[in-house]
Amino acid sequence: MKKILLMGNPNVGKSAIFSRLTGARIVISNYPGTTVEFTQGQMKIGRERPFVIDVPGTYTLEPTSKAEEVATQMLKDGDVVINVVNATNLERNLYLTLQLLEKNRPVVVALNMWDETKHQGIDVDVKRLEERLGVPVIPTCGLTGQGIKRLIVRLQEAKALDLKPSSDSDKWERIGKIIEECQRITHHHHTLLQRLEELSIKPLSGIPIAIGVIYAAFWAIRFIGEGLIAYILEPLFAKAWVPLMLKLSVLLGEGTFFHNVLIGSLINGQIDFKMSFGVLTTGLFLPIAMVLPYIISFYLILGIMEDFGYLPRLAVLVDNFMHHIGLHGFAIVPMMLSLGCNVPGALAVRLLEGRREKFIAATLIAISVPCMAQIAMIIGLVGERGGQYLGIIFGTLFILMIIKGLIMNKVLKGTSPEILLEIPPYRIPQLTAVLKKLSMRVSGFLKEALPYVLLGVLFVNILYVLKIIDFFSQVFAPLLTGLWGLPKEAISALIIGFLRKDVAVGMLGPLDLTTKQLVIGSTILAIYFPCIATFVMLVRELGIKDMLKSATIMMFVALLVGILLNIIL
Amino acid sequence: MSIDLTQVKPGETGVIKELRGGTEFVRKIQSMGIRPGRRIRKVSSHFWRGPQTIEVDKARVAIGFGMAKKIIIELDE
Repeated sequence: MKKILLMGNPNVGKSAIFSRLTGARIVISNYPGTTVEFTQGQMKIGRERPFVIDVPGTYTLEPTSKAEEVATQMLKDGDVVINVVNATNLERNLYLTLQLLEKNRPVVVALNMWDETKHQGIDVDVKRLEERLGVPVIPTCGLTGQGIKRLIVRLQEAKALDLKPSSDSDKWERIGKIIEECQRITHHHHTLLQRLEELSIKPLSGIPIAIGVIYAAFWAIRFIGEGLIAYILEPLFAKAWVPLMLKLSVLLGEGTFFHNVLIGSLINGQIDFKMSFGVLTTGLFLPIAMVLPYIISFYLILGIMEDFGYLPRLAVLVDNFMHHIGLHGFAIVPMMLSLGCNVPGALAVRLLEGRREKFIAATLIAISVPCMAQIAMIIGLVGERGGQYLGIIFGTLFILMIIKGLIMNKVLKGTSPEILLEIPPYRIPQLTAVLKKLSMRVSGFLKEALPYVLLGVLFVNILYVLKIIDFFSQVFAPLLTGLWGLPKEAISALIIGFLRKDVAVGMLGPLDLTTKQLVIGSTILAIYFPCIATFVMLVRELGIKDMLKSATIMMFVALLVGILLNIIL
Repeated sequence: MSIDLTQVKPGETGVIKELRGGTEFVRKIQSMGIRPGRRIRKVSSHFWRGPQTIEVDKARVAIGFGMAKKIIIELDE
């Protein structure tokens, strides 16, 4: 046994079982299709250490989408298949099971979400089901870990049946008989949660609920983010780090090369974490005390919404609107993810079906959806000048999204495909699962971002010392000063923006800009180009040709918006 | 009386009588448990030819307007 495949319909809890089997730290989510990029881990059975692969969710082995194609491909080199089945939805899930049994691969069935069956008044005769299918069937609950040990033990009993291929109608007929024998449904009253489920996908009640949820989410993100900054991180830096840095400053001597790089410039003889721009001052303060708090609060709230199962409902509610901008409702998922970081957002773009749709979604995200690191910096810098200026920046981006979407929808050939989406039941999020996912995403941010921010700040200082920035300032002065009304030094922010957008926004700080300039600069930085990490990801998803087209649109839009804002404001 | 899914009112129940459309569409929608003979309940219908949501086999599925047009329902009396 070298390779164990976890296969099943979307949203049956495969990822939860995967992380139980391997102990690996991976994302567990509630909306369909999060595992299109498959995850691999290793488990221990006695002396063996087989690989476990979390195969993308699929309804059928006759592929109808990219994800299902991947799944079918992977089946070819698996040694054992754990077919994860949603016990509350047995009939539909068994279709894939029967298909798997025709592929001559050893199969065991994990009857997952076993705990939910009781709540829903469903009674499954496991022994009978096992007899009828001819392979081991083990009730499990991925979230609590119930049944996992038995699943591992009985993995040895996995059997390849090599059934003859049968027609669809034969399969459904067989499933019908199995269900009749093995499943009994008793009537039960709708719980409060189930009533809420209905209300949130009916338009008249669903839209007000959606507005309420989004408002509450943003309020909570700001409340937590600001709280962490004001009560924990700023005092920490002020009390613990400043004295240390002042000592180092004296030691190095103001004006020397190392002082400029590590501490930066002193403002009125003091260290100003937003202005000094040394590697050890701004370079540390920016990611840890300005951005990290919002990363924590955003991913906490997003994680709760994901695990609760709210996002697919939002997708249904916004479907109509999204069709006007060339997408369908499910595109809200990559967009929401992009608010955290554009990189996973770009990855999720692959969940969309067509090339046209991917192109539109990627372009809209890259231009109009700033990542949380960038948002945090804009709030930190522009927010001081007044909330209305934040409104101008984010309002501009939102209006741009609609205009560009409308245009692309008209200009690009084809239509956006229709939505066909299973809406999972609401589940009360498990605290441990939410925190596990949060800590994974936050440590991901620290690992990815911290080195790049420090490197970025170092890079800026070296560019300054070598007078390279001066050179570019002269070259681009007509564009920056003439058309956008920015000082020519702002070119440094645009250069660094290729590397990290948060550092780029931070670099506007020491330039002593007017509020108008700050607004224009922040808006252009959001639009003109994605950061390098997102760019690489988008090239992979779209191909270099489409990405170049998309990038051309971005730069053109940035040019135009900069000029317009300069005239209007 | 048979009508297509878009004409079923929220709250009404019925049985799927027929799926019209290409083999790919039929296969895809069948694999999600939406197939002739299944009992459904319409949950909601969104404005301006928006998605139609139904409950089938204890699962809820949102279906685009055009697709829903191809699903023929026999309403309960």
